[in-house]
Amino acid sequence: MRQVAIYGKGGIGKSTTTQNLNAGLGEMGKNIMIVGCDPKADSTRLILGGLAQQTVLDTLREEGDDIDLDFVMKRGFKGIRCVESGGPEPGVGCAGRGIITSIGLLERLGAYTEDLDYVFYDVLGDVVCGGFAMPIREGKAQEIYIVASGEMMALYAANNISKGIQKYANTGGVRLGGIICNSRKVDGEAELVEAFAKELGSQMIHFVPRDNMVQRAEINKKTVIDYDPTCNQADEYRKLAKKIDENDMFVIPKPLKQERLEELLMEHGILD
Amino acid sequence: MDERTKMLEKYSSRVYRNRKEHVIQIEEEGANPGIMANTRSVPGIMTNRGCCYAGCKGVVLGPLKDVAVITHGPIGCGFYSWGTRRHKGKCEDGRNFLEYCFSTDMQEPDIVFGGEKKLKQAIAETVEIFNPKCIMICSTCPVGLIGDDIHAVASWAEKEYGIKCIAFSCEGYKGVSQSGGHHIANNGLMRHVIGTGDAPPAKRYSVNILGEYNIGGDGWETSRILKRIGYDVISVFTGDGSYEDIKNAHTANLNLVQCHRSINYIAEMMKTKYGIDWIKVNFIGLTATCESLRNMAKYFGDKELIDRTEEVIADELAAIHDEVEYYKGKLKGKTAGIFVGGSRSHHYQNLLADFGVETVVAGYEFAHRDDYEGREVIPDIKEDADSKNIEQITVEPDPSKYREMLSPDEYEEKAKEIPLEQYKGMIREMKKGAMVVDDFNHFETEELLKYYKPDLFFSGIKDKYVIQKSGVVSRQMHSYDYKGPYAGFKGAVNFARDVAMSLYTPAWGFVTPPWKTKPMLQGKLAGGDK
Repeated sequence: MRQVAIYGKGGIGKSTTTQNLNAGLGEMGKNIMIVGCDPKADSTRLILGGLAQQTVLDTLREEGDDIDLDFVMKRGFKGIRCVESGGPEPGVGCAGRGIITSIGLLERLGAYTEDLDYVFYDVLGDVVCGGFAMPIREGKAQEIYIVASGEMMALYAANNISKGIQKYANTGGVRLGGIICNSRKVDGEAELVEAFAKELGSQMIHFVPRDNMVQRAEINKKTVIDYDPTCNQADEYRKLAKKIDENDMFVIPKPLKQERLEELLMEHGILD
Repeated sequence: MDERTKMLEKYSSRVYRNRKEHVIQIEEEGANPGIMANTRSVPGIMTNRGCCYAGCKGVVLGPLKDVAVITHGPIGCGFYSWGTRRHKGKCEDGRNFLEYCFSTDMQEPDIVFGGEKKLKQAIAETVEIFNPKCIMICSTCPVGLIGDDIHAVASWAEKEYGIKCIAFSCEGYKGVSQSGGHHIANNGLMRHVIGTGDAPPAKRYSVNILGEYNIGGDGWETSRILKRIGYDVISVFTGDGSYEDIKNAHTANLNLVQCHRSINYIAEMMKTKYGIDWIKVNFIGLTATCESLRNMAKYFGDKELIDRTEEVIADELAAIHDEVEYYKGKLKGKTAGIFVGGSRSHHYQNLLADFGVETVVAGYEFAHRDDYEGREVIPDIKEDADSKNIEQITVEPDPSKYREMLSPDEYEEKAKEIPLEQYKGMIREMKKGAMVVDDFNHFETEELLKYYKPDLFFSGIKDKYVIQKSGVVSRQMHSYDYKGPYAGFKGAVNFARDVAMSLYTPAWGFVTPPWKTKPMLQGKLAGGDK
């Protein structure tokens, strides 16, 4: 079982990319579970065709500890198992603690079965506190992919996340598998992200072009592969899925100093 | 080599650099050699300190008998700060909330989803079952971490139920000891309670007793004496105290400060806001009690009151004379160590001296420099990040309630004779060669027992049994070992009796533990038997 966590700046397309990529892996016949680690509980919407299941934490709150895995786990496209950890509404409580609680509960409920090829953790935003680092601690996820674009803040976040990975790499054995570039069509994007990934000691595993098809599929509550299996973008996600499935480059990232990061942007980001 | 050097040299250089500032040995009596206090404890050292929540809920607010003090947090904080300190309280109407432990008992889902809903529910249930006039909410660590807005909940409760509801952000991790919690509690009482009552001005000899927590009934003995002389006790902060009384604290004519550390903030703020003078008193010990009573009489300056004071003192002393002499005979010449609180180590030295016991080692858990060195050092105390982290409030004179008992000239005159807004601290009263230790720890306690071999050691539950098992008489100064009162005249006799009983029943000293006579450890040389 490969346990994979997806991180990246808020709004960069982590959930969309994760689900589309998982649709690709699903097509390949893999057994997958997606664990959404976002209080908004929207990490599995495209696989399930809408927000369907109750979150782990809501169930815990309402039912107490006496809960059944079926309450919180639903199967979607290609039999992909979907779980949403859930969490508090904005501004109250502790979402980080929520993730820790919910992953602990999933383990006790026996969600991690032998037949799984992949478990994906889709984690919100930056690694803001210990809770959001939960999937990369204690030997849970062994590989991390960071979704980024050529935008300054996306790379800045990616660099920060790398610091978190570096911290836990020595104790928990977690490794960076690569950067997924989710294109925003900024200047010199592929080169910049590639150079950045190289500096980290990693790779840009795939460049996902920007395509309105993604938006169309989302409106229809579907992944691209599900919505229009023949379109170009579906093939891009299939390529990404294949690359991840065959990936053998796992490194402890070497985060960049702020000055170096800015230099890189100057080198690649400005077209003359 | 002196004892201080011997004790400190066992530390690593890093710990040594820190601890040497907190330990002094008296070289010249009456001088002030200066000491470091109210700073962070060294990590890993077994300090006796408590937390901010303990200071706020456990010390200052807990004793208010007509207030439902709700601990917002997991159950442990509420449960272990309930009842163990023995701050007693009696209610005329039988509605005594000290008998109950109120807590929101936060569970994991409350941490994840926020605990405000549960807090509201707890308030609703408290109102429904107990119908208190005042509810106070005390915050524990996780509440600060997840950011529950307890102050908003308090305002909601005031509107919803028409009661007083005050929230205290006294999360345990704030500050360096329980001292920060005292300050937070003082601020809350000043801001929301004191001066909100509408009682008519009290009669002339009216006082508040500040920093008396009625442990083992101390405050009752003190009040008994004051009432006998003719004083009106308006309110007590906070032992056997009540919200109803404290509301009218501003009507008193003099504030008496017993525990300087935990309540001096209120004393100072009441002086600024209402013009009420305060004097430092000590009702622990016979000499100290007499002196305090005389100072009070001098403050009011009426001959009748002064005569009545002398009359009561003479009568009280006569009543206990034989017992005092008897226990003096039993205790004279003994030596003691005392490590407690932020004022008690000083107070109890007076009481011990009355019976001929000399204090050779003394220290505080959470005192500030002024408690050791006297209030004149306050301007020199450097504020650090930890103390700045505790809110400091300022008050303005309240025109409708401000009144001064003394004219500026009279004040000047009296200040020469009585401790008006003065406290001289503990160090100056200690004998040559004695050791003063701030934020003492178990290692230092054990070392000092070896060097000084005191007959008696007064401390708390955390180190009581360490001391006792080393064969030294140990008595708790937090709970009085379930006895008391020890204040005033009758209390002094109680104290002497309890101490004499412990001293003449030295059971632990008779036990020879096995490790004193035979080796308990077995080992092999590295590399085997060859």
